[in-house]
Amino acid sequence: MSGVRVLVGTRKGAFVLRADGARKKWDVSGPFFGGWEIFHVKGSPVDPNRIYASQSTSWFGQLIQRSDDGGLTWEPVGNQFLYDGVPGTHQWYDGTPHPWEFARVWHLEPSLSDPDTVLAGVEDAALFRSVDGGLSWSELSGLRDHETGPAWQPGAGGMCLHTIIVSPKDPRRIFVAISSAGAFRSDDEGTTWRPINHGLHSEGLPDEDAEVGHCVHRIAMHPSNPDVLYMQKHWDVMRSDNAGDSWSEVSGNLPSDFGFAIDVHAHESETVYVVPITSDSEHFPPEGKLRVYRSRTAGNEWEPLTKGLPQEHCYVDVLRDAMAVDSLEDCGVYFGTTGGQVYASANSGDSWEPIVRDLPAVLSVEVQTLA
Amino acid sequence: MIRVVLPAHLKILAKISGEVELEVVGTPSPTSVIDALEARFPMLLGTIRDPVTRQRRKFVRFYACERDLSLEPIDVSLPDDVSQGREPFFVIGAMAGG
Repeated sequence: MSGVRVLVGTRKGAFVLRADGARKKWDVSGPFFGGWEIFHVKGSPVDPNRIYASQSTSWFGQLIQRSDDGGLTWEPVGNQFLYDGVPGTHQWYDGTPHPWEFARVWHLEPSLSDPDTVLAGVEDAALFRSVDGGLSWSELSGLRDHETGPAWQPGAGGMCLHTIIVSPKDPRRIFVAISSAGAFRSDDEGTTWRPINHGLHSEGLPDEDAEVGHCVHRIAMHPSNPDVLYMQKHWDVMRSDNAGDSWSEVSGNLPSDFGFAIDVHAHESETVYVVPITSDSEHFPPEGKLRVYRSRTAGNEWEPLTKGLPQEHCYVDVLRDAMAVDSLEDCGVYFGTTGGQVYASANSGDSWEPIVRDLPAVLSVEVQTLA
Repeated sequence: MIRVVLPAHLKILAKISGEVELEVVGTPSPTSVIDALEARFPMLLGTIRDPVTRQRRKFVRFYACERDLSLEPIDVSLPDDVSQGREPFFVIGAMAGG
C-alpha cells in the first residue's frame, strides 16, 4: 500500500512521521539526535531507505548521519568539509575581507540516480559532493571560485548555500542559491558556474539590479518543466521561464511578498505554494493569520488557503526548507513552523490538519512518497 | 590508563555510558588523550577539535583535578592524578542559557 514518510528537522532533533496513503493517521518517531540542530533531512529518490541528515551544534560542530533502513536507525558518516585549496576571502558584514569558514550544512540533495551520491550546501557558502554515501566530501570549488566570490556577503542568518536543484532532464545542470549572493547555475555538473540573477531587484543593495548580492530565500522547480523556476526572494516572488536567464516578478495579489518557503504541486507544474510573512523584521504571518497562498497560474494570481489553519493570534514563521509535497494522486502539501507544528494537506492545500503540534522549532520538512 | 568523562551528547554519539578508559602512549597531555579518544571512537572526530585547525572548539573545555586546562598549552602534561588514573579528565560542553 502506498504511503508517505515526512522527514522533519528541528532545532532540537529530527522526527520521522509516517502514514499510509490516506494520510489521516500518523505515526511519529523521534527525536533522533535529541538536542542537536537538524537543519535538513532528505531521502534518496533512488533508494527511499537511504536518508541523509545534517546534524550540528555550536558546541560539537557538524555531523552527517545516514540511515539505510528508512530512518529507523542511523550511523554517523563523514563530517570533514574542507574547502578546496586556499579558501581566500569573502566580504564580511562591515565590508572587509573575511576568510571562508565552514559553519554547518544547510541542505543535502541526494542524487536522482545514485543513492551514494549526495550534494551538500554549506555555510560559509560552498557546494560539496560525496560519491560514497557521505563517508567523504569534496568541494565543487568552481562555484566559490567564481570571480564574484570575494564580493559575496552574508545575510543576517549567515552566508549559506541553502538551495540545490539538479535538473531531472539534464543531470549536468545544477541550480543553487546563496544568501545573500543570489542564484547560480552550472551546466557542467558543477565545474563552472554563472550568476542567474537578471531581473531581480533588491532595494537593500547599492545597485538594486546587481549581478550578485540578492538575498534569494528559496527556489523550486517542477520536474516536468525544469526550465521554469519559482523563487521566493527576501522580498518578491519571482518566476523564470528560461532556467534562470531572466526573472520576472509574480507576487501579484499576495498580502506580503516577503517569505521563505516556496514549492510546486507534484502534478500541476503551474500550481505554486508560498507562505507570506509580514516583513523582514516581523517574521510572522500578516494579521496573525497563517495562510498558505496557492497560484494555479504560475504566479500573479493567488488564493489564500486557510481551512484548518489558525486564523488569529498566530505568530510563527515558516522557514525556507520547511515546505514539501508528496506525489500521491491527490497531491499532499506539508509545512512546518517555528512553533513546532507540522501541517499536512491531503488535497492540494484545500484543507489542512496538524500532524504534530508541539515539536521544537521546525527547520526543514521533506516528504518521501512510498510505493 | 586515563579516565575520560565526556558530555552527554558525545556519550550518545559514541554509544557509551560512564567513563572511557584509554591507554595513552608517553606522557599524557590534552592532545594525546583526544588523539587516543578519536582513534577509539572515530565518530567523535571533529566534535571536540576543529578538523582543520585541530584547535579545541570554543564551547568545549578541558577540566581535571578542579583545574581548567583549556587555556594551557595543548601539549601540557596532565596532572599525575590524571595520568595515574586516580582522577578523570573531563571534556565539558560550555553551559548556555535559554
